[in-house]
Amino acid sequence: MTSVALKLSLSYGKECIFEDFSLELESGKMVCLLGKSGSGKSTLLHFIAGLLPSNIARGSVVADDKLPLGGRIAWMAQQDLLLPWLKIIDNINLGSLLRGNRTKQDRENARQLLKDVELEGVENRYPHELSGGMRQRVALARTLAEQRPVNLLDEPFSGLDASTRYQLQGLASRLLANRTTLLVTHDPLEALRMADQIFVLDGRPAQVASPVTPPGVPPRQLADSRVGESYTQLMHQLNHPEVNQHAA
Amino acid sequence: MLRRFVVIFAVLIILWQLVVWLTQAPAFILPPPYDVGHALIRYFEEIMFHAGVTMVEIVLGLFLGCAIGAMSAWAILRFRPVRSWFLPVLVASQALPVFAIAPVLMLWLGFGMGSKIAMATLIIYFPVTAALYDGLRNTDSGWINLARIMGASNHTALKYIRLPAALPSLGSGLRIAAAIAPIGAVVGEWVGSSTGLGYLMLHANARTQVDLMFAALLVLAAFAIFLYFGIDYLVKRTVFWQSETNLETT
Repeated sequence: MTSVALKLSLSYGKECIFEDFSLELESGKMVCLLGKSGSGKSTLLHFIAGLLPSNIARGSVVADDKLPLGGRIAWMAQQDLLLPWLKIIDNINLGSLLRGNRTKQDRENARQLLKDVELEGVENRYPHELSGGMRQRVALARTLAEQRPVNLLDEPFSGLDASTRYQLQGLASRLLANRTTLLVTHDPLEALRMADQIFVLDGRPAQVASPVTPPGVPPRQLADSRVGESYTQLMHQLNHPEVNQHAA
Repeated sequence: MLRRFVVIFAVLIILWQLVVWLTQAPAFILPPPYDVGHALIRYFEEIMFHAGVTMVEIVLGLFLGCAIGAMSAWAILRFRPVRSWFLPVLVASQALPVFAIAPVLMLWLGFGMGSKIAMATLIIYFPVTAALYDGLRNTDSGWINLARIMGASNHTALKYIRLPAALPSLGSGLRIAAAIAPIGAVVGEWVGSSTGLGYLMLHANARTQVDLMFAALLVLAAFAIFLYFGIDYLVKRTVFWQSETNLETT
């Protein structure tokens, strides 16, 4: 289990997106960063993953063992990013293929993961033979196959239809339970369904208000009236950014 | 597919015959299809000999052009100095028509096949290089990010991601190459040679054997079409994940 402390300052040209921003990911929890488009949430995720050039972003990402995070992250994006020329099983094992150390055990794990995401029997098919929802399930399996202490999810279900999204949120939430995860989304309902802790990101430079901690254990049923209270709270924070500034 | 070919061919022959009837063109300007067919049978061995020479030139040119083009594309992508020094030279060199350097190639490589192969190679080198380089460069950034996070090496990222992702683009380059490689070989033969379909056509023209000239032209066209669709078929089979969508749209 790994907790992560994040510090970041970032500007594009004259515009300051983050200034002395800090965030803590609690070990074994799913933290959600909720924000409108353009709030910088995806940029933040890219920074944690080490994908931003150091000349625009200054800051640090430190795990609780004081070591950098490089090589200890799994990534899932809005696009499934499946390689159309690889079979499903090879797509799930992409990490080990790219590191040149795929073993028989990795194949076994991939088959088990296909079961976990409820997609048995497609390991020898190609991505174009699968529907969008099935492909995103494969992407989830590929993320889990990495077995990383920290998982970063960048709007992973935004491209799916409502009912498929709901199913996949439940599935991902169960399979990622007890893993340190940062979920970025613009959908308050997704945040409420999946996250242990929700931060609303807003403003320039971006800031977060004090987190909303919805009752119960994810994946939550959204019909629950107590979840409705947290929803009101989130919508209030999203629509009244000046409140955030005070709270932060 | 084959039926469509036959229909198109038949329609073209009928149109050709119609033009001959309507314009009353003399046979030394536009020979009727029957005369050309007759010449094709009468001079069959001669035409096939010259066609064989031209085909070897085209195929070797294609092979060399693709091989050198692929290596160049990789080098341009991989080594920054190659990109900043060689790429502008390559682009500027395209301002020079290949036809203009044909005599120079004749001078250096002689009247034999060498100069024609060099012509075909030169004419397809650029489209292949440009297509593959573009394909390799424009890999989806989502894939590149994923590969970086997963700890891929340059080599494995090229093998599993960049190269396969560039195949559709390389495929378009190869189709263009297949279509223009015959130009290089035939122009090379025009400038100076004693064999090949280009030589045969020029020679027949000089002796007003217009029917023979057209027969040679037909064989060249047939081979070019065969080459194009052969490569098209191979590309579609290799890039199977895209041909699936192509089938849906046609």
